[in-house]
Amino acid sequence: MKYTLPSTPDSYAVAVADDFAAGGAGVPVLDVDNASRSYPGEPPVQALRDVNLTIGRGELVGIVGPSGSGKTTLLQLMGTLDRPTGGRVQITGLDVATMADNDLSYLRATRIGFIFQQFFLAEHATVLDNVADGLLYAGVPLKQRRQRALDALDLVGLAQRPHARPTQLSGGERQRVAIARALVGHPAIVLADEPTGNLDQATGQSILALIDQLHQAGSTIVVITHDHIIAERMPRKVEILDGHIVADTGPAAPDDCRLRPSASFVQPPVSGHHSAFSIADDPS
Amino acid sequence: MTATAGRKPLQLSDLARLSSVGLGTRKLRAELSALGIAIGVAAIVAVLGLSASSQAGLLNEINQLGTNLLTVSNGQSFTGGAVELPTTAPAMIGRIPGVHQVQTTGTVSGANAYRNPYIPAPATNALTVQAASLSLLPVVATTVAQGHYLNAATAQEPVTVLGAGAAQRLGIDRIFPGERIWVGGQWLYIAGILKPAVLAPAIDSSVLVGYPAASKYLGFDGHPSTIYVRAENDRVNRVDDLLAATANPENPNQVNVSQPSSALVAQADAKSALNGLFLGLGAVALLVGAVGVANIMIISVLERRSEIGLRRALGATKGHIRTQFLSEAVLLGLLGGAVGVTLGAASTTVYAHTKHWATVIPTQAWAGGIAASLIIGAVAGLIPAIRAARLSPTQALWSV
Repeated sequence: MKYTLPSTPDSYAVAVADDFAAGGAGVPVLDVDNASRSYPGEPPVQALRDVNLTIGRGELVGIVGPSGSGKTTLLQLMGTLDRPTGGRVQITGLDVATMADNDLSYLRATRIGFIFQQFFLAEHATVLDNVADGLLYAGVPLKQRRQRALDALDLVGLAQRPHARPTQLSGGERQRVAIARALVGHPAIVLADEPTGNLDQATGQSILALIDQLHQAGSTIVVITHDHIIAERMPRKVEILDGHIVADTGPAAPDDCRLRPSASFVQPPVSGHHSAFSIADDPS
Repeated sequence: MTATAGRKPLQLSDLARLSSVGLGTRKLRAELSALGIAIGVAAIVAVLGLSASSQAGLLNEINQLGTNLLTVSNGQSFTGGAVELPTTAPAMIGRIPGVHQVQTTGTVSGANAYRNPYIPAPATNALTVQAASLSLLPVVATTVAQGHYLNAATAQEPVTVLGAGAAQRLGIDRIFPGERIWVGGQWLYIAGILKPAVLAPAIDSSVLVGYPAASKYLGFDGHPSTIYVRAENDRVNRVDDLLAATANPENPNQVNVSQPSSALVAQADAKSALNGLFLGLGAVALLVGAVGVANIMIISVLERRSEIGLRRALGATKGHIRTQFLSEAVLLGLLGGAVGVTLGAASTTVYAHTKHWATVIPTQAWAGGIAASLIIGAVAGLIPAIRAARLSPTQALWSV
């Protein structure tokens, strides 16, 4: 389905919404078609080479690769924070290459949610306002932003503490706030960059459980990780190495779309807990 | 999801919230850089306010003394010699319509005043000895500080009244019975000391004696040298035009006529010329403040790379980022300006109060101060804002 960009922002927004709502079933949420990304240098650095990846509605995908494999570059392309130097990236049927910078910004504001390893919360704002900022650039009035932020906080289990500061929260709670911020605009796709990277193993598990729960509720989520154990548990696993996709399990069967139980995860014993951590914990 | 609104610039309330939160996270640094602007604006407001207040105070003082005083004094002839006023002049001036008081002083030439006969003759202290008419004081708007002024009786006797400056130079600060000074080879008893006469400074440095006594004891020729005229307020100019011809009909061009209050008003205006220097200093402080704001904003852009990146990821356009940083700088400038105007106005009020002046803060001072700080904030914030907007979101987020 070919989509041409209307000239005025309002008609554009309406068109995006209508287009995706009506034809959504046929249009993949994300379509990376033969995309490449090279950085200038001597010789040029080829971060991604001819990557093909199509993600449908409601998928939970783990993209795994060692550092330097190009997985972050792929996330940047999927999140429209960067443009490919070759090939094509389409988000909900919209070709990133044909869109102006401001239109891409609006696309991110309304269609894409980001979750980062470092959370990136504003320490001087309340949890509620941090989450509400996820709607700031979508043109939603403050009162409505806060109401929807409350709903999103409820979704991640933090509805009781909307007025706390991020500094008063644990790492896991902070990541939950960041997840609520990514979800508050009901984006078509959520991109998570090492969401458990800054968390201890047990907290990481609970964040993964939350991601699974959100996926069950219908969200399309892509998790980028260097951790094979995490990726193994995803219904669909994409492996990337040296800028190539080397393995892709493909869209999961409807009866196999849950996060698989962690084979290695054992409740840490009160003493000598390093046994559990040495297997599953983040080595970075 | 339904798209209710398209891409729009942020609402003003959102922008205000963003920029105040942005400044609030770096409170101390924001305060310090706003302080530069505050000091500059305070200096400018205070300088303009103080000079306006002092001018208002001086004009008020002059008005209280009266602007209807005119003085007629002897001028010079073509050859440069002093031309004495005719002895008939005061009476003739008194008959000009609109004149209601005429008083005179006459310089007693050749007579000098000393504390005692042992003072060397050249040490005259630049004092003049003047014969004075009996109702002089109200006309020149002064009063007696101590003792009494001359009256019909003492004007006949070797009795003197000292001008404020004369008393000081002779070293006399109080009067006791029998106190005397040595004038023109003669002891004169001191009857009183005057307060300063702002409108007639010549009286201040004078030793005054009565006309009869001056003739009798000091060889005075009886010619007045200065005539003080009070005219009706609305006829001052007309009286002014007639004075020279009336005082000396033969040689009207050899008479000096002046209005002391207008000279003082001119002096009050001239005082504000010094303000240029202080205004310049204020402008320098403002400039330093502007550099401070630019500096903190550039540092803030560097420090907040991840915030900028996150906002771009949340859907902020370059314009949103630019506006956010620009409005922070403008808010910083505005805060500095508001504090500066308050400080400048407060210091003006306090100083004017101690001097018993009315507090006058010219509109252009406070409005200009606020406007200048606003413009400074905008100019200083422009480059940092552009830099923040240009930052690529991937660099901002992944090179922290």
